[in-house]
Amino acid sequence: MLKNMKKSTKSNCITLGIVIGFFVLIQILSAAGLLTNSFSGQLVPICAYVILAVSLNLTVGMLGELSLGHAGFMSVGAFSGTLVYVVLSDSAPKPLVMLLAFVVGGVVAGLFGFLVGIPVLRLSGDYLAIVTLAFGEIVKNVMNACYLGVDSHGLHFSLKDSASLNMEVDGKVLINGAMGITGIKKASTFTIGIVLVIITLLVILNLVNSRAGRAIKAIRDNEIAARSVGIPITKYKLMAFVTSAVFAGVAGVLYALNYSSLVAKKFDYNTSILILVFVVLGGIGNLRGSVIAAAVLTVLPELLRSMNDYRMLIYAIVLIVVMIFNQSPEMIALRKRLTARFHKEGEGDKAKEKKGVA
Amino acid sequence: MQFLSYLINGISLGSVYALIALGYTMVYGIAKMLNFAHGDVIMIGSYVVFFAFGSAGMNPVLAIVLSMVVCTILGVTVERVAYRPLREAPSLAVLITAIGVSYLLQQVAQLAWTSNPKSFTSVVTGLQPISLFGGQLTISAETVVTIIACIVIMAALIWFVNCTPAGHAMLAVSEDRGAAQLMGVNVNATISLTFAIGSGLAAVAGALLCSSYPTLQPTTGAMPGIKAFVAAVFGGIGSIPGAFLGGILLGVIENLSKAYISTQLSDAIVFLVLVVVLIVKPTGLLGKKVNVKV
Repeated sequence: MLKNMKKSTKSNCITLGIVIGFFVLIQILSAAGLLTNSFSGQLVPICAYVILAVSLNLTVGMLGELSLGHAGFMSVGAFSGTLVYVVLSDSAPKPLVMLLAFVVGGVVAGLFGFLVGIPVLRLSGDYLAIVTLAFGEIVKNVMNACYLGVDSHGLHFSLKDSASLNMEVDGKVLINGAMGITGIKKASTFTIGIVLVIITLLVILNLVNSRAGRAIKAIRDNEIAARSVGIPITKYKLMAFVTSAVFAGVAGVLYALNYSSLVAKKFDYNTSILILVFVVLGGIGNLRGSVIAAAVLTVLPELLRSMNDYRMLIYAIVLIVVMIFNQSPEMIALRKRLTARFHKEGEGDKAKEKKGVA
Repeated sequence: MQFLSYLINGISLGSVYALIALGYTMVYGIAKMLNFAHGDVIMIGSYVVFFAFGSAGMNPVLAIVLSMVVCTILGVTVERVAYRPLREAPSLAVLITAIGVSYLLQQVAQLAWTSNPKSFTSVVTGLQPISLFGGQLTISAETVVTIIACIVIMAALIWFVNCTPAGHAMLAVSEDRGAAQLMGVNVNATISLTFAIGSGLAAVAGALLCSSYPTLQPTTGAMPGIKAFVAAVFGGIGSIPGAFLGGILLGVIENLSKAYISTQLSDAIVFLVLVVVLIVKPTGLLGKKVNVKV
């Protein structure tokens, strides 16, 4: 049966198998009491970062456009989802509210993805990157200055301060500017996180291997050629961009519900770059790589606490070295020569051929 | 009167953006890459001035010259080591590398000088603030020096690009790299020269920026860097007068929105301007339209 499986299906099964294997391993370790506190605290963020890395890889790897505002979508999703959760948590059963929070977070982030995507996808390359960066900064600044409250008259909104909300005595401040949303009852669990990771992988892996996915990759490889064979560029670009935003939003909700407070500052440019680092180190366009890189690089700083000062320095150097090693024409030629030398004559040619196809 | 004061401060801030934007716009025009690390070169330059002038008590002009030398070497080295191997690579790869360099510089600064903010002593010494309209309007000496420095540098640069052989080589490379090479222009040297000039200007911009806004920390360069890029795009990337115009306009917009709309939202407004400009006129105010050929 394994032999008859399509290559992509087999690869997808391996990726999902890794995630499920990780889940089982953690369950066993946790039952045996081998998990340290700090590590179990990292489990939900790991899932959130895996989702973020996989979804960003859809934009960067499959669509070939650099997005530096992924944290912005995460932020929008986190705030809307958490808001739903905080407002409804007393009036409905918890699983339902959680589900609703994830759906709302994803939908709102997707909506923003759509709104940003329509004008932005007319641009490409560096311009697109800088506009997504601008989007992330706008979201951070606006959420930092955003006040939202609820009282018997309904919702009140202000961009100045909590006093100018003009609420009745029974009013409750929901979003308190730079302080964000406080008093969230932690709700994210590792199991929920893993389920979301699996859903994300199923959707994105299927998208990538579908007709739409092939169209998206065709746009990446040569936009003009893709257009000339009749692929609707805008439609598929938007599809990739919005899907990516939706999952960033969901990851934002997952991340936010793991802590008791949520501030806009957390989702800044640095977070966007961190996710990009996961994608680049995992391999641009390689979803399984993103999963592994995000998980390993989230855990690693905990394990190497003494190295923490140098962590970002090492990331920066690795980022540069990986880029030069993978993309520089001289390096590619050098690597080809080396691989040819390591293989025997006949095998070497085969390996070369394989490389060329991949 | 208050409006005038905000306006002048805005022009001063804008002059700094314009100086930084020049570095972006020249590098973008010639190497066709977005040098994300440019803002962090400013930060390194400011630290050099801080130590040479603030701590060691060097003459301010000498300190700035020293900082220019350091930044020039830094800029050229970064180009040689990180960007040149990727000259023919896809732009995504170069962009990510530039982000890596930006992070590297910030992290090195943080390890070397810690993230504690340092209070920067103004390099403009011995000049009195100008008082106008019977003391109703005071313009600080930093503001005046910044604006004058920006105009002088801009004029010198326009002369350099249009009237010297090296400048002509730059124009030729930005027009068509391959054709320029066939005509005997040394492309690598020209790109190195561009990085050198851009980084040297960044050092001046850093000293002026920190004189007006005197906190210095490893992330000091990041935000002005990004905003200067916005200014370069606003004015039309690749165009030197465009960088000047974009920088001044952006500085004024930022300062006026700080004064009249909201301090917290001023950054958001600046970025909104960028988004609107790119959507309405993607080539910027003074940019040239480029047709894509198959």
